[in-house]
Parts: sequence; C-alpha cells; structure tokens
Amino acid sequence: MNASVFARSALRAAATSRTAVPVSVRGLASVATSQTAPATPETKKPLMKKFQVYRWNPDEPEKKPYMQEYELDLNQTGPMFLDALIRMKNEVDPTLTFRRSCREGICGSCAMNIEGTNTLACLCRIDRDTSKVAKIYPLPHTYVVKDLVPDLTQFYKQYKSIKPYLQRKDAPTPMKENLQSIADRKKLDGMYECILCACCSTSCPSYWWNSSEYLGPAVLMQSYRWIADSRDQFTEERKAALDNEMSLYRCHTIMNCARTCPKGLNPGLAIAKIKKELAFGSS
Amino acid sequence: MVRLSGIQRDVLSLYRSCLRMVRQKPVESQNNFKSYIREQFRAHLGVNKKDFATVEHLLRTGQRKLEMYSQPGIKNISR
Repeated sequence: MNASVFARSALRAAATSRTAVPVSVRGLASVATSQTAPATPETKKPLMKKFQVYRWNPDEPEKKPYMQEYELDLNQTGPMFLDALIRMKNEVDPTLTFRRSCREGICGSCAMNIEGTNTLACLCRIDRDTSKVAKIYPLPHTYVVKDLVPDLTQFYKQYKSIKPYLQRKDAPTPMKENLQSIADRKKLDGMYECILCACCSTSCPSYWWNSSEYLGPAVLMQSYRWIADSRDQFTEERKAALDNEMSLYRCHTIMNCARTCPKGLNPGLAIAKIKKELAFGSS
Repeated sequence: MVRLSGIQRDVLSLYRSCLRMVRQKPVESQNNFKSYIREQFRAHLGVNKKDFATVEHLLRTGQRKLEMYSQPGIKNISR
C-alpha cells in the first residue's frame, strides 16, 4: 500500500515538473543554469589525474600501510588538493580519512605531506600536469591515527607546556584592558598568525630525532610570541624555562620551518630572537 | 625461563600497570575493568611477535587508553 502511495506521489511530482518547465519564465537562476549545465562538461575534455594516497587502517593493525591510487577528472574538481580529497571521499571511497574544517587555510586541520612538502591541502594547488602522479602522505614522523590523520598529542602537550596565555603579576584592574602601544603590538606580527598546523615542526629534522624534548619551531615561535608581548609579566620565567640544552638549543637553523610554512611565517627567525635574548638579555 | 625481549617486557609492564590502575577503582566495578583489560589484550594474542610496528602501535594505543581510564572521574566500565 505504501508503495502505491509513493508511486502516485512520484508520478504527480513528475507531472508537475514537466508542466512547470515551460511556465517558469522567471524561475530561479540556479534552476535555469542547471538545465543548461550538462552542455558545459561536454565542451571540455576530461583531464584525468592520478593521485596516490597513503592508507592505513588501525582496525587491521597487522596490515601494512599502502598507497591507494585514485583517478579524478580535474575539470570536475576544485583547484586545491582538499577539493580532490573531498571528492575522492564523497564519490569514490568513503573510507578515506583525513581532517578538514575551514577549507581556506585558517584552521590548520588539513596539514599533510603533499608531493614531498608539508602543507595545508586547502592551500595547495593541484598540478595540472597529468603525466605526474600526485602523492599524498600524512605529516612525516608522526604516529598515524588513520590514513592521513596524524596523532598530534605530543605537539599539543608541548604547546600547553609553554603556557600560551597572558600571565600577569599584578591583579587585573576590574573593567580595564591591558593596553599596549602600537609599536609593541607590531612586534607580534608574523607570530600571532600561526595556526598551529604542525607543518613546520614535522618538517624539522631536529624535531624528528628529539621530539620528546625539543619543543619544535611552532611551539618555540608561540613561546616567543608571549616573551615578546609587552603585556606579559612572566618574561623572565618563560625564558628560564627554555634555558636548557634540549628545549630550545636543538634548533640548528636548518630553516625547513620557514620554507614549509603554509602561512608564510618564519619560525626560524623567532627562535633566533629567543636565542639572542637569552644570550644578551632583553634587547 | 624464557628471556623476554624488550618489547615483550613493555607489553607485560603495560598489562601490569593496567591491573594496578584497577585497584584505584571502586571495589564493585573492579571486575568489570579487569575483564575489559583481559579482553583487550586477548583480542591481539595472534599478533606475530616479530611484527614490531604493529606491537608498538598497539602498545601506544594501550598506553593512551590506560591514561584515559585511569582518570579518577571514570568509576565503572561496561559493554
């Protein structure tokens, strides 16, 4: 009985839509374009590009990680790697796992290793040269949770350890902000933009070998962001916490961090400034 | 007595610290925790002892679960 009801309603829908087409002179713009849309893909030849994606499933821990190949028509896909990944997940293989959120480079979720460079998938354009296979890996030297999802627990623990918040010795005045001059605010430019995507830390060889003790470029830059902040009153304590062999001085100015940063920041410079302040006192 | 490899000792020490964690839990729920721990370890009895990558992964996830379940807020466990 239910089936017949559905069939009838479907018939009615079909009938109304058939009559509606010639009548809808002032139809919605989207309706009008959707009727002409099938014509456009025919004019463009499909541009098939191959992607190899790192796959590993924690539910079958004994199965080794492998590269899975996907092929997509670039003319049907958005320009960025994240668009391609989302299409793979939606249309080809729903088991593919990766983090994503804002798709515009402000959340730092989709950090991964694309064609050998750590970057955000949402900010990385797909090379339209179809003769090359694009390879996508999770961030290097991280434990993998699944497929392209790295385990950043250690990274977040280290970030927590530098106390990334304003610390003051005097009690706050009620209903009053902590003011700062324009020049002092300028010192924070190039540091506060960091979105903690972990691209730089996981590209640093020094961090690969000492990730348990060395803080890594991203966390050190945030540390300096609070050292340089004129409103923070725990500068000396912050510096003292870094003044040991491992936390800071494992940076050997390899500068992979600055080269890979998808936001164009320079953690290496911030680390150099911490070293300078530790050596010569605050300048 | 068989001499155990380093990684085998790691597995045993994880198992022991799991059992030690159980003692911090309320008496009435201790059996639930114990059977859960045994089940988790038994599920992977078949893993090849030379398959280090897998064993290390299981150790890591086990460590993380232990950390989570040993929080004092967790009073009982059930399936």
